[in-house]
Amino acid sequence: MTERSASRLAEAQSPAPPSTDASRLYAPDSLEALREIVAAAVSLEEPLAIEGSGSKSGLGRPVNTAATLSTAKLTGVTLYEPDELVLSARAGTPIAEIEALIDENGQRLEFEPIDYGPLHARERGLGTLGGVLACNLSGPRRVKQGAARDHVLGITAVSGRAEVFKSGGRVVKNVTGYDLSKGMAGSYGTLAVLSDVTIKVLPKSETETTLLLRGLTDEEAAGAMAAAMGSPAEVSGAAHLPMLVARRVAEGHLGDEPATAIRLEGFGPSVAARDAYLSAALQNVARLERLEGEASQAFWRDVKDVVPFADGTDKPVWRVSLAPTAGHQLVMGLRRHAAIDAFYDWQGGLVWLRMESGDAEADLIRAGIAQLGGGHATLVRASESLRAATDVFQPQPAPLAALAKRLKSEFDPAGILNPGRMG
Amino acid sequence: MSVAMPKPSEAVLDRRDEIVSALQAIVPGEGVVDATDEMRAFETDGLTAYRQLPLVVVLPDTVDQVSRVLAYCHRNDIPVVPRGAGTSLSGGALPLQDGVLLVLSKFNRVLEIDYDNRSAVVQPGVTNLGITKAVEHRGFYYAPDPSSQIACSIGGNVAENSGGVHCLKYGLTANNVLGIEFVTIEGEVMRLGGKHLDAEGGYDLLGLMTGSEGLLGVVTEVTVRILQKPETARAVLIGFPTSEQAGECVAEIIAKGIIPGGMEMMDRPAIHAAEDFVQAGYPRDVEALLIVELDGPQAEVDHLLAEVEAIGNTNGAVTCRVSQSEDERAAFWAGRKAAFPAVGRISPDYYCMDGTIPRKELPKVLAGMKALSEKYDLRVANVFHAGDGNLHPLILYDANKEGELHRAEEFGNDILRLCVAVGGVLTGEHGVGVEKRDLMPEMFGEDDLKHQQRVKCAFDAKHLLNPGKVFPTLHRCAELGRMHVHKGQVAFPDLPRF
Ligand SMILES: Cc1cc2nc3c(=O)[nH]c(=O)nc-3n(C[C@H](O)[C@H](O)[C@H](O)COP(=O)(O)OP(=O)(O)OC[C@H]3O[C@@H](n4cnc5c(N)ncnc54)[C@H](O)[C@@H]3O)c2cc1C
Repeated sequence: MTERSASRLAEAQSPAPPSTDASRLYAPDSLEALREIVAAAVSLEEPLAIEGSGSKSGLGRPVNTAATLSTAKLTGVTLYEPDELVLSARAGTPIAEIEALIDENGQRLEFEPIDYGPLHARERGLGTLGGVLACNLSGPRRVKQGAARDHVLGITAVSGRAEVFKSGGRVVKNVTGYDLSKGMAGSYGTLAVLSDVTIKVLPKSETETTLLLRGLTDEEAAGAMAAAMGSPAEVSGAAHLPMLVARRVAEGHLGDEPATAIRLEGFGPSVAARDAYLSAALQNVARLERLEGEASQAFWRDVKDVVPFADGTDKPVWRVSLAPTAGHQLVMGLRRHAAIDAFYDWQGGLVWLRMESGDAEADLIRAGIAQLGGGHATLVRASESLRAATDVFQPQPAPLAALAKRLKSEFDPAGILNPGRMG
Repeated sequence: MSVAMPKPSEAVLDRRDEIVSALQAIVPGEGVVDATDEMRAFETDGLTAYRQLPLVVVLPDTVDQVSRVLAYCHRNDIPVVPRGAGTSLSGGALPLQDGVLLVLSKFNRVLEIDYDNRSAVVQPGVTNLGITKAVEHRGFYYAPDPSSQIACSIGGNVAENSGGVHCLKYGLTANNVLGIEFVTIEGEVMRLGGKHLDAEGGYDLLGLMTGSEGLLGVVTEVTVRILQKPETARAVLIGFPTSEQAGECVAEIIAKGIIPGGMEMMDRPAIHAAEDFVQAGYPRDVEALLIVELDGPQAEVDHLLAEVEAIGNTNGAVTCRVSQSEDERAAFWAGRKAAFPAVGRISPDYYCMDGTIPRKELPKVLAGMKALSEKYDLRVANVFHAGDGNLHPLILYDANKEGELHRAEEFGNDILRLCVAVGGVLTGEHGVGVEKRDLMPEMFGEDDLKHQQRVKCAFDAKHLLNPGKVFPTLHRCAELGRMHVHKGQVAFPDLPRF
């Protein structure tokens, strides 16, 4: 927890807010208290910033409200049935706590939530379950197993109308009514405040191996990753760290040479067979190395958490999603106009960009994406002033933006929840 | 027909000729069907107990036509029911007397295949199997596989968020669609996602559109994920003297970290019906039969088959047979896949239910179903996507016998209530449609439903797209929009002020 939010939390009362502090923090510890605070905010037309632990306050547009609503006291796992692969927890439960609990039963969150701690010069492990869903944060396994939104089974939330609603349930297969759980994913707390979330958990893989192809250019790496992903080898991670970036993960063990990483997970005999298959297919492409077990895990954790750009600065960092084969083309094009550092996850379809000059260059980046068939760029790190001056989220075509706005006003007609956070 | 639909608008019915001419101006030639005998083909979908002739049928073949038809209907307050292949089992594509039936079957082209990005861009009328057919020469396939896959359209799959046997491992439609183009009721063409992941940087509108049963927009293009086929697949048949033991076996397989490609269960009546029909080689002397399919690299499949057999044996399996050839594997599945028509042979009519339950509740739900079967004096056969808890009880009845349809429906409703009572849901993959519409309050409170309807209001404030489906009561959007916490008034005077 950051010092700021820790001290503010200590002051916070529940549900009664301190009434003199300039920046007031409300931390309800029950669904009813949560609803009452939203109701009071609506009736007084006083907007609320919504946060879990505050770990992602550096994401999105800065929200300037006099009051903050925190879910940090809505904590605790309320249901965990390992055999049924299901877990429910209050929205403010730290992800780290959930991961530790399910780890004891040999299970994990298949979507590997990103921890933005390192990138924002904070500790790891601050994020909450609600925050992970609200920002739809997913790591390298996204290419095989889906995003956070694909693992949510149900939610309970309080909308900007100060009404409690639930959606979904606790079973995997469910098409009863609109999937409001997915609707909450990526909504950054602008439609409703989550109070409870039910997710799918899955068994950890018995073993993992990462094949490293050394020395490939970005373009060659894109080809190799496409071949691996398009093979029957069930690849569960495909990342490329160009020259000089490779050194910044796994405690520098990889050296400077570019590293293209292909992850294989599963039962021992299966991983061995797929390893043999892929190595044979790729042996003429590049020199092969391997990371096994814990070394492999540590490598992917650093890729997931954007450790190569965890430099303690606030140089702008973009997260770009586009067609996998277009990733390196975007970077090549941008390099002609701006000093950037880049690496790739999701077979090249997730590009992390650090802008070395300190300018965001939003228009340049988005024009490049549009030329390459579309996608989106989100500014995930920048100074508060730069975030206030930049479209942090990808601007949408007017009709789509109008639709999103209608959805917002249906759920939060008074504009109480996180005003301006999504632009 | 025992479900009340919105009262047809006399104004629309009176203007039928004018509407038909206006639509003919937009979709020329044979694209507008208004003769009663030709419209008969469209009066029902897969839920044949319900029938209704539409006002007129329109079969556009360009997005521009779809957009103009919708804009016209929007301007003139005419309801629109989208339809793909018409295989919905929940009456989702049931026409309205005063509504245009907008059929997407002419949108049947595969537009682009991009193997490097593992994606295919197709029109909504392409069949589910058609996608696999277009990519299988390169070893690829489209994973979600509803049993209706030779007929149902990908647009319908998106609208229903359809599943299939392989969804346990590979996910539902929602997990395999990367992007869509859709047209709003106002005629606006929108694109969500594409070949990239996480469709939008903003709200997950794709997640809301998927499974929206034609109530939010008309899907005119779909980009799907395609996967490389697993190296091999083998199935094992495991028979048990009780369904409890079969349930235990399923739980233990999952608990061991094994996620089979498919894991299906059949009960005794379903086993017998299937065996009589296709001679799949199923044992007749068991109460429950599991088909567990493992797919992946040969080494993995061999390893896991041994584990699954061992788990079966420790849970009291009386038969256990592993497929020794592709033919045998196909035979194991033939029985399961023919279960519906097989039941159709032993009863004049059957009614297919689709609840989902937490797996562990299976014995309780099966026992409850048995009691209900006695109460309603109707037989029931069960096929079950055991891995993900999705039940398909088939209620056997005879529509020609006075009151049997009604009893079958009541029986079905009670089964779904039981599913909800044990922590499950009303529908796992077939959708709410008209069929389960009036049961929605069993699962959702008033505020839950109102928030769902507010999504509807953001997309279609006039309730013109597929009205009468999904929601038991239609609230006007203006009424839903009212805030119950009034601005400027402190609703909770005892709460400290900000
Ligand atoms: C024998 C049989 C077996 C089945 N097995 C399965 C199964 O295993 N798993 C499963 O999930 N389902 C199954 N189904 C149900 C059905 O096939 C699916 O729901 C399928 O997705 C419907 O597709 P369709 O093209 O036939 O849609 P339709 O029946 O035409 O329409 C279904 C719904 O989608 C809407 N819709 C259709 N096209 C569009 C579009 N382009 N844009 C917007 N809305 C649209 C309609 O308004 C309607 O609400 C089965 C059905 C049958 C008859």
